[in-house]
Amino acid sequence: MSLPSLDVERIRKDFPVLSRELPGGRPLIYLDSGNSSQKPTQVIEAMRDHLAMHYSNVGRAHHALGAESTEAYEGARDKVAAFVGAPSRDEIVFTKNASEALNLVAYAFGNPMGGDPRFQMGPGDEIVVSEMEHHSNIVPWQFLAQRTGATLRWFGVTDEGRLDLSGLHELVNERTKIVSIAHQSNVLGTVNPVAGVLARAREVGALLMLDASQSVPHHPVDVAALGADFVAFTGHKMVGPSGIGVLWGRGELLSAMPPFLGGGEMIEAVWMDRSTFAPIPHKFEAGTPPIVEAVGLAAAVDYLSAIGMDAVEAHERELTAHALGALGEIPGLRLIGPGDLADRGGTVAFTLEGIHPHDVGQILDDVFGIAVRVGHHCARPLHLRFGIPATTRASFYLYNTTDEIDALVKGLHHVQKVFG
Amino acid sequence: MIAESMYQELILEHYKHPQGRGLREPYDAEVHHVNPTCGDEITLRVKLGDGGKVEDVSYDGQGCSISQAAASVLYDLATGSTARESLSVVDEFTRLMQGRGQVEPDEDVLGDAVAFAGVAKFPARVKCALLAWMAYKDAVVRSQ
Repeated sequence: MSLPSLDVERIRKDFPVLSRELPGGRPLIYLDSGNSSQKPTQVIEAMRDHLAMHYSNVGRAHHALGAESTEAYEGARDKVAAFVGAPSRDEIVFTKNASEALNLVAYAFGNPMGGDPRFQMGPGDEIVVSEMEHHSNIVPWQFLAQRTGATLRWFGVTDEGRLDLSGLHELVNERTKIVSIAHQSNVLGTVNPVAGVLARAREVGALLMLDASQSVPHHPVDVAALGADFVAFTGHKMVGPSGIGVLWGRGELLSAMPPFLGGGEMIEAVWMDRSTFAPIPHKFEAGTPPIVEAVGLAAAVDYLSAIGMDAVEAHERELTAHALGALGEIPGLRLIGPGDLADRGGTVAFTLEGIHPHDVGQILDDVFGIAVRVGHHCARPLHLRFGIPATTRASFYLYNTTDEIDALVKGLHHVQKVFG
Repeated sequence: MIAESMYQELILEHYKHPQGRGLREPYDAEVHHVNPTCGDEITLRVKLGDGGKVEDVSYDGQGCSISQAAASVLYDLATGSTARESLSVVDEFTRLMQGRGQVEPDEDVLGDAVAFAGVAKFPARVKCALLAWMAYKDAVVRSQ
């Protein structure tokens, strides 16, 4: 059996930005896809075509364009549902981004509009997140704890950058109503062991949510096989546009939840003193949705499916292996995250002894055209855990090459020369 | 290679060999400033003498080369000068940093701090350069 493979040179031609030059004649070396990915012509053209020839509002416009636009928007839902293995298309809710998807679920708890006991929350109840979360999977739960008097608790992270499961049974207990953790860390690259956490959540009757913003773009993800209750991800990290995110939830749970935002399209009937609500998914899609963005996301899903997520994953694994090996030889480089390939994605964060990441990023960009992210990557508690203010992070995608990683390594040697 | 103009030799020298670093006694006021976007921080103390003479500026902190070098240059410029004189240098430095690279720096006022002119072209780094200087201004006001 041959490993799935992709033709990276052919793929690079699909991304116009990868052939541009930066001021001063620098080539672009884009190693910041964990932040946001670049877009292929197929996505750009699909959005342009919809805007130019098929655009109107969806759902409520009873004319030819309305029908075409609605078909494209709802067709995008079908494609996204198939892409992540959702048992039903009605379980795909389009949001603004992954943050909104996480907030939507958090607002369902302790909400007087909802009656389902699984979403009731008050003092004594517990919410569990982890120390490796992006702020978007911490702050909404802090809000929820403050609103309801519930207690926010969290998994620690081991020195190697893995979820510390040693206290799992005490941490996730009969008082826990929801556990929400990253499927893959946006800093460490760690892929978390969902099955173990899920089994414990089920034992105690807690719900499980996954922030899959960093996993859905890079691995084959089947929400039914994962077995979680909610999964959030975002379009712009998976070669799609910004402005659209996705919440997948079990249909039965979504139906039991109160609405999030109120407005047009999410209602069934409105009186002056009360309203009834549309069935899912539209119950959660108030107002004119991101129509063209949904079309772009559908094109992104088509693009990734044609290449094959197995092939994308295998390619990134090769890049990650190359990066871990090459970076490991740089003196004074401290990797923040797992040093081996097991349960790990293509995000590599590190510090260089004595050199602030802002200085690292500035030289890499201005001298070599290498785009990395520097700072705390919206995961400040994780950086506090490792006792550092910031890291430099290189994150890879299907269009990156080992040559680009070699350029990064060369750039880091130069950085050390400048500040050494 | 725009950064080459930002990382002037003088800046790198101050970064590698910071002047006046470390917190000292006595002092009239101590302040702690942070740059929340990058986590840079500084604790700075000021000791004023007769006639508003700046007898000592002592500081400790962490951050990028720009923020650390800016603190070191500030120390050199402020100590031995008067509070009033040094605050006018702070004002000129602030004007330069916030000028988006369009401001012609007054070398007579700024002295070595003119080396930071290139930083003004990088909006994300302006706060790094200003961190120690804003802390100093704050400390002087509290000392008086």
